[in-house]
Amino acid sequence: MANTQSMCTSFLGQLMTATHNFGTSPIRAASTADTFKAALYVTTATINAATTAYSATNEVSGTGYTAGGITVTNATAPSSTNSSSTAGVGYWTPSGNLVYSTVTLTTAFDTVLIYNSSQSNAAVSVHTFGSQTITAGTFTLTMPSNTTTTALLRLSTT
Amino acid sequence: MLITTTKGEMDDSLLLKKEGSIDNEDEYTTWVEYYLDDELVHRSAHVTLKKSPFMDLVAASLA
Repeated sequence: MANTQSMCTSFLGQLMTATHNFGTSPIRAASTADTFKAALYVTTATINAATTAYSATNEVSGTGYTAGGITVTNATAPSSTNSSSTAGVGYWTPSGNLVYSTVTLTTAFDTVLIYNSSQSNAAVSVHTFGSQTITAGTFTLTMPSNTTTTALLRLSTT
Repeated sequence: MLITTTKGEMDDSLLLKKEGSIDNEDEYTTWVEYYLDDELVHRSAHVTLKKSPFMDLVAASLA
């Protein structure tokens, strides 16, 4: 056997469950699962990697839509899988699709922000798609399969 | 079939239905629209994302 430098794959999954805290003082001590939400943004918004938290600025508005968006169904904990002795993936996908039912959103939107409403609305990820409007209808974002190559969020070592 | 519209629930036989889709490297999206005369009274969309944010982590070499 030989030793091999690598980020440990189990660490990738544990990053998603806040097992490790590299801060000089703990900033959280939650004993219950966090609540994640999904908010939609209009095409003229500026939501990107620099976004740090949910904001109502340029969020969609309309009949049937509540500011802040909808709660993300999270019944499946993050997973981590080794792909080799030096590489692995930690990954997570919501366990249900994001469904905005019976809404009217007449201003074009193209972005959903996933954020942690239990942790000061801290931003998690931004996902974009083709511009849409909805009229007395349903907007559905189908979640990908929760695998090492397709999961919604993936942390990887290569 | 009853369709939820801006004018309440209406039988689809009274409406003109239009459907479309986009399939590219980023997403597969379908939508359905219903029109009463020339007025859009219902539009739904269904987006399946094909790409997700991906973070590559590296452990620095100490040697």
